[in-house]
Amino acid sequence: MTMFRRKGGVCVATFSPQEAQVLRQCVAELAALLNDAPDPDDPAVERLFPDVYPEDPEAAAEFRRFTEADLKTAKLDQAKTVLSDLLESGGEVRLAEEQADVWLRALTDVRLALGTRLGITDDTEIEAELDEAVGRDPRSPRAGQLSVYAYLSFLQESLVGALID
Amino acid sequence: MAEVDKAWVTIVWNDPVNLMSYVTWVFQKLFGYSKERAEKLMLDVHHKGRAIVSSGARERMEYDATRLHGYGLWATVDQP
Repeated sequence: MTMFRRKGGVCVATFSPQEAQVLRQCVAELAALLNDAPDPDDPAVERLFPDVYPEDPEAAAEFRRFTEADLKTAKLDQAKTVLSDLLESGGEVRLAEEQADVWLRALTDVRLALGTRLGITDDTEIEAELDEAVGRDPRSPRAGQLSVYAYLSFLQESLVGALID
Repeated sequence: MAEVDKAWVTIVWNDPVNLMSYVTWVFQKLFGYSKERAEKLMLDVHHKGRAIVSSGARERMEYDATRLHGYGLWATVDQP
């Protein structure tokens, strides 16, 4: 599995075409979720745009009116950056610090959306869940999504590590 | 009667998705905290379910929460 490593001042990873395809698809799906007038009752959207005042819906709504559009634009820009840095054919990606920051935020958003859909909790053991799902049906959507989630977690961990290395 | 200037706080809540290393890095990056302080806060979030990561004027806390949301952390603002 591809991971990021520190080389000089940059974080470097070389993606296989399959890995690039998976990551690009996840990021594109996130961008679509953000673009199509996000449904506020969708748990993934709720998690990406949390209420600042959970006990005061009025204040929360007002705050949202002033901030949500900017937050959404930032998240979309992050997704676009990853899609432009990572070619469909994969290959080497070199990220300077600021770019690594953008990638980390985009990977976080993708994992938050996917993790919410998968019902990940503190007690979830991804490897065990994955083994179980694969054992039941390796071609099930859940097995595929769990495997992508595990891969993205590994990739993000490696990027944090490379950045602070 | 006017509200006394009681400090507001930004709270980060535990979530099952964000990586411990990433959360620590975000606290260092956004608040300029030392690695030790950032790690302590991250562990508080992880074990206690929440931690106060900054305190001060309400507007400042709203700004902090917005920045944390930009990094995908689950942050709220409160006046304890």
